[in-house]
Amino acid sequence: MNFAEGGRKLDIEIQLEKGQFVTLYGKSGAGKTSILRMLAGLLRPDAGHIQVEGRQWYAHNKNIFLSPQKRQLGFLFQDYALFPNMSVRENLLFALPKGQPDAIIAELIELMELRELQNRRPNRLSGGQQQRVALARALVQKPPLLLLDEPLSALDQEMRLKLQEYLLEIHRKYGLTTILVSHEPNEILRLSDTVYVIEQGRLLNTCSPQALFPDSVTQSLSCTGTILSLFEEEGRVKVKLSIQGQTVSHRVEKEKARNWSVGQDVQVELDFSTLRVKKSS
Amino acid sequence: MMDWQPLSLTFRLAFVTTILLFIIAIPLAYWLAYAKNRVKPVIETLISMPLVLPPTVLGFYLLLAFSPNNAFGQWLDASLGLRLVFSFEGLVIGSLLYSLPFMVHPIQSGFANLSPSLKEAAYILGKSRWTTLTKVLLPNIRPSLLTGIVLSFAHTIGEFGVVLMIGGNIPGQTKVASITIYDEVESLNYAAANTYSLILFVITFCILLLVYLVNGGHVKSYWK
Repeated sequence: MNFAEGGRKLDIEIQLEKGQFVTLYGKSGAGKTSILRMLAGLLRPDAGHIQVEGRQWYAHNKNIFLSPQKRQLGFLFQDYALFPNMSVRENLLFALPKGQPDAIIAELIELMELRELQNRRPNRLSGGQQQRVALARALVQKPPLLLLDEPLSALDQEMRLKLQEYLLEIHRKYGLTTILVSHEPNEILRLSDTVYVIEQGRLLNTCSPQALFPDSVTQSLSCTGTILSLFEEEGRVKVKLSIQGQTVSHRVEKEKARNWSVGQDVQVELDFSTLRVKKSS
Repeated sequence: MMDWQPLSLTFRLAFVTTILLFIIAIPLAYWLAYAKNRVKPVIETLISMPLVLPPTVLGFYLLLAFSPNNAFGQWLDASLGLRLVFSFEGLVIGSLLYSLPFMVHPIQSGFANLSPSLKEAAYILGKSRWTTLTKVLLPNIRPSLLTGIVLSFAHTIGEFGVVLMIGGNIPGQTKVASITIYDEVESLNYAAANTYSLILFVITFCILLLVYLVNGGHVKSYWK
């Protein structure tokens, strides 16, 4: 798939291979959502072309513009866009073209673990559940291309991680080409092969996620703390700190603690080489 | 003995007007909610005019337009056999204009308050504009549709100035309840006037109460 789009504010040229999982990354307003909307046919570019698997979706010089209805793609919105007047199952059935067998519906319900929820209306689902339904609905027609417009940004961290797993699974299982718009470095690292960095409507850089976020795995942690007490003890100063609600004790040289006072906020840097991780109960 | 004809005429007029308005207003409201056009402010103003224009002004211009002495009226009479002055059909046309904003505004508002991603999601799923309108958009603005229907109906019941101009006070044809009340007061039949007035008061009160109850969620409506 390749596309080139030009306009007053957006000037991008990108070529993708089938099966890739790519991310569009950049500040808000850089043009990432506009690119997705142009690919979907929701926004008409001023110039350029969009070609998917050999088919022209848009060609300015040939006056070709395929409506969204005629384009084969799945789209995930930030607000899920589930139809409130239909149950989960009905939302999925709505996506099924006339005359097609409904085996895919059952398959997607199982895959996205929606069996208990299928007769519920969207207003009785949590954000994470709604996005799962939206993902299932986008896949009913088995599109080759999946566009994700910051689909997980409204979810809390736990749900976000779970949805990322679903995205990975369906990307592999259905052999999709997926384009994600995201701000989250860990998410981009986890999901995508390539990142396109977009700034002010221009393609700034194309790289791997690791190249873009080399330091996102840290060996030190920094946080804020408050000094609870200061005592001179055996020639050094013993300081009691409150860090995130927990009290720790530390000894420092007299010089270091010279300007410190009780109640003061301090910056704490924790270097660690070993980390003990346990499941929270 | 009470004459029920003015009341039945009033309700017949309101009923016919509301049904026609529902059909006319949906495409209008859809266009107003979604289209971007330089002409839009003008159209919006025209549609809202009946809210502020004195009904007698509207009635007067309709009278001129429908009059068989004028070009348009003559054409209507010759080609369609329609005499719109002093007729029920004329009242319907007048009422359509008079109550238009009461149907268009709630529906337009309903469309505009829907998240645009609903329409877009349906298009991406391959659904035509018509299917999206009937299966996705309209079902999700039911409260707005109800409000429009009920307000148009109630508003038409209260029509007076327009009817006064183009009605002609013909019993069974154009002598609606509001005109009858005026007549009875003029003839000093306060009792009769009171009967009609009270009935209209109670009915319009109940209609509006219904709207507020249903839209306020106080009643588990069978719409859902």
